Amino acid sequence: MNYDERLQHVSVMGAAGKMGSGILLLTAVEMADLSLKPENKGKSFVLNAIDLSDEGLAGLMDYMRAQVLKIAEKKTVWLRSVYAGREDLIENYDIIEQYINDVMRIVRPTTAMEVAYRSTLVFEAVSENKDLKVKLLKQIDQNNPHKTWFFTNTSSVPIHIIENEAGVQGRVLGFHFYNPPAVQKLVELIVTPNTTAEARQFALDYAKAMGKVVVPSNDFAGFIGNGHFMRDALHGINEALELAKNRPLPEAIYMINKVSQDFLVRPMGIFQLIDYVGVDVVQFIMKVMNPHLQNEDLHSDLLDKMMELGVKGGQHSSGAQKDGFLKYEKGAVVAVFDPTKQTYVNITDFQAGCDEYLGKLPEAFVPWKNAVKIKDKDAHFGPYFAAMKTMNTPGAAIALRYGRNSDAIGRKLVADKVAHNEQDVNTVMLTGFFHAYGPINTYFN
Amino acid sequence: MRRKVYMTAGFNTISMGTGRKEFNPKKSRPGLEHYIKEAGQGVVSQIGGAAHIDETVVGNFMAARFNKQAHLGGFAGLIAHELEFKPSLSVEGACGSGGLSLISGIRSVLAETAEVVLSLGVEVQNTVKAIYGADILAGAGWFANRKKGHAYFFPGQFSDRAGVYYEKYGFDYARKGMCRWFVNAMENARLDPTAQEYHNTVEDLEGLYNKMKPNGASFVDHLNVLDCSKVSDGASGIAIVSEEGLKRIGISKADAVEIVGFAQLTRNITLDPPNPVEVTTIKMAAAAALRNAGISIDQVGTIETHDCFSIAGLLAVEALGLAEAGKGAEFVAAGHTSRNGSIPMNTTGGLIGWGHPTGGTGVHQAVTIWQQLTGKAGNAQIMLNPQKPYGLSINMGGDDVTVVAIVYKRG
Repeated sequence: MNYDERLQHVSVMGAAGKMGSGILLLTAVEMADLSLKPENKGKSFVLNAIDLSDEGLAGLMDYMRAQVLKIAEKKTVWLRSVYAGREDLIENYDIIEQYINDVMRIVRPTTAMEVAYRSTLVFEAVSENKDLKVKLLKQIDQNNPHKTWFFTNTSSVPIHIIENEAGVQGRVLGFHFYNPPAVQKLVELIVTPNTTAEARQFALDYAKAMGKVVVPSNDFAGFIGNGHFMRDALHGINEALELAKNRPLPEAIYMINKVSQDFLVRPMGIFQLIDYVGVDVVQFIMKVMNPHLQNEDLHSDLLDKMMELGVKGGQHSSGAQKDGFLKYEKGAVVAVFDPTKQTYVNITDFQAGCDEYLGKLPEAFVPWKNAVKIKDKDAHFGPYFAAMKTMNTPGAAIALRYGRNSDAIGRKLVADKVAHNEQDVNTVMLTGFFHAYGPINTYFN
Repeated sequence: MRRKVYMTAGFNTISMGTGRKEFNPKKSRPGLEHYIKEAGQGVVSQIGGAAHIDETVVGNFMAARFNKQAHLGGFAGLIAHELEFKPSLSVEGACGSGGLSLISGIRSVLAETAEVVLSLGVEVQNTVKAIYGADILAGAGWFANRKKGHAYFFPGQFSDRAGVYYEKYGFDYARKGMCRWFVNAMENARLDPTAQEYHNTVEDLEGLYNKMKPNGASFVDHLNVLDCSKVSDGASGIAIVSEEGLKRIGISKADAVEIVGFAQLTRNITLDPPNPVEVTTIKMAAAAALRNAGISIDQVGTIETHDCFSIAGLLAVEALGLAEAGKGAEFVAAGHTSRNGSIPMNTTGGLIGWGHPTGGTGVHQAVTIWQQLTGKAGNAQIMLNPQKPYGLSINMGGDDVTVVAIVYKRG
C-alpha cells in the first residue's frame, strides 16, 4: 500500500475537538490534493470525522468550510493549474468554490465510530484518557480487516502501553501535534520498538506534505514537549509558593508570571501558559506522567486546590481565554486569583510594589515579539543574561534560577533518553512553544 | 479644435487602500456614493455652485461587480439637487473609463451642447479580496482568454510583456529602470497628501525593490508586487468648460488649462497585442493628440502616464518617443522622468504611488496636470520650463486596448 492508497480511507476520532478539528483540516486538504492528481482520477477518498457531539460536528463543518476557503485563496495560482482541464471553471471564484467542494466531499461527519472499521489509517485525538484510547483502538482493530494504522495525538501517555493494551503491535505511533495543529509547525513523532519502518516513513512523508517540522521523541511519558513544560510549570509554582511565605499568594503568582515572561523573554508567563493549556489539562498530564517517573514527584497541591475550586482556565469556543490563575480582559491580565479568599485581586492593587521589589530589567531588554526575530540569538541573549547576573535584585535571582532549571530539565530529557539530542529539545521549545531561545544554552552558567 | 475647451477646479479624494494609515481592511469603509459625492462637491465648491453645471459624466469600470451597482449617472443628484433633471451619464472603457469621462465632456463642450461639464471618475475596489478583485479586473480583457490567463490576470498580462522585454534587452538592465520607476513613484507620492503612498516611510526603496525578486509560485513570473499599482478606493473630478463657461463660473484662464489636442483610439480586444514590447495604441494615440495640438513631444513639460505596472511606464516612455525601443529602461534609470529630470512624469506618484482607483485614474491624471500647470500642486509642485508649457496625459484601458491621450496648455 503506497502513500496515496493509505490516505484513501482515513478516520479522525474526536474530530470536533480543538486538536481533532485541526488534524481533520490538514488531512482533508492533503487527501483532496491527492484526489486531484491525474493518476488518482476515479479513486474514492473518504475521511470520517468522528465525534460524540452532534453539535460539535455541525460547528466543525462550519470551521472546515471557512478554513478551506482561506487555504484555497492562498493557493489559487496552483489551483488554476490543477483545474486547467475544467473548461467550466474560469474565474478564481469558480476555482476556489470547486476546491472547497472537492475537500468537503471527502469529509463525512458522523457520531458512529463503526465507519472507522473500513479505514486504513485512524487518527486518535480523543481526550487524554489512556483507558478510553485503548478501548477505542481495540474495538476498531477487532472489527477492521485492514490491519489499520493508528496515529495517536496523545501528549503524555506512553505509546507502548497503548500498543500492548490495545493489541495493535507495530501499528501505532505517536503523532503529537501542537495547538492549534493547522498553525503550529511542530509534530513530535514517537515510535515503539515494534512500530514498522513503513509506518514511520509514512508518518514522515505525511508530516512533510503538510509542511511540519518533525522532532522524534522517545517513548517516555510526556515526551519532549510536556516533559519540559510540566517540570518548568512545577518549578514556577514552587517559586511562587516560596515567595508566598512572605507575601500574599496572588502577588507571588503575579511576580513569577512576570519574571517568566519579561525577564526570561518568553511569549507568556508560566501561569498564563498554564491557563492557556488549562489547569485541568496540566493537572491531568502530570497525573499521567507521574507514575512513569523515578525519583521525581510531578505533582502540585496548588493545581489540585484550583481544580477543587473549579478554576480551570482553558479557552472559550471563540478562542478567548477563560479565567484561571489569572483573570483576562480582552486578552490582557487584569487580576490574580486568591485561592484562600476565592476571589480575584486586581493587579493594580499591588503591581507597583511588586515591580519595585523585583527590580529593573537589564538595559539590553528586547520584548519577546521583537526578540524572536533576532538572527544572532547568542549575540543578544549572551550579554543580556550576563548583565542580569550583575544585578543584585530578587527578579534577576529568580530569573537566573528559572533559566538554570529550564536548562537542567532540557539536559535531563537528553540524559534520560527522551530526546535524542539537545538540538531536538531546543527545536521543540522554539517551534512548539515559540520560545525565543532554546532552554539548553550557555547563558545561565 | 473648433472651440476653446478648458479644464479647471480639479479635486481628488484620498486614494484609500493598503499603505494609508487610516485603512483597516477589517472595518467598514465609505462606499461608492461617498466618493462620488466627495469628488463632485469638491469641484462644485470651486465653481460657485452646481447650478452652473450643464451635464455630468461619471467614468467607472466595474461598480457593477465591486459594489453590485450600475447606472452611476443616477448619482449626480446626490452631489447637488441642482444636477437632477439635467443630463448625466456613465461611461466605461475599463481602466480608461476616467479618460472617456474627460473625452465625453470635451465633446459636449465642442458640440456646444454644454458650457460646463462635471467630469468624474470613481472606483471602490476594496470590497473584495485581491484574488477576487483579479477576476473582476480581468473584465478589461477578452473573457474568452480568462481561462488560460493567470490567477492575477492583468499582472499576468504585463508580466508576459516584461518577460519578453527582459529576454530582448536583459533582465538586470530592465529591472534597473523598473526599480527607478518605483522609487520615483514613492518619492512623488510622499509629497501629495491624497496619495495612497503618502505615508510611505521606507528609507531604502531601492534596497526593498531589489530584495523582492519576482516569484511565479506565489505571484507572477516577471513582476513583484512593487511593480504593480495597488487596490484603491477613490474618485476625482474636474470641470470641463468653454470660454463662456469660464466666465459663468468666475474662474480666470490663469487658473485653468486649455485642451489643445486629444485622441481616443481603441484596439481590437480579441487580438493579442501586435508587439509585446510596444504599447502600440498608446504610441498611436499620443502621436495623434500631439499632431492635433500641433506640437512635438519636446514641448511637453510634464506627463501623466498609465503605469498600472512599472513595465507599462517604461513602454510608455518608448511609445511617446522619449527613448528608442529598448532604451526606456536606461532613460528612466538615468533620472530623466524623475521630478527634477528633463521630463517629469507622474509627479504625484502615478498609479503605483498615488493609487489606481481604476475608473477614476484618467480624471486624476487631468487633475494632476491642471495642478502642475497652474501652480496648485502644493509640495508636489515641479519647476516647469517656460519653453515647455504643455502637459500630456495617457490613460489606458485593458492591455493597451482603449487609450485616451490629451494635450494641455497653461490657460
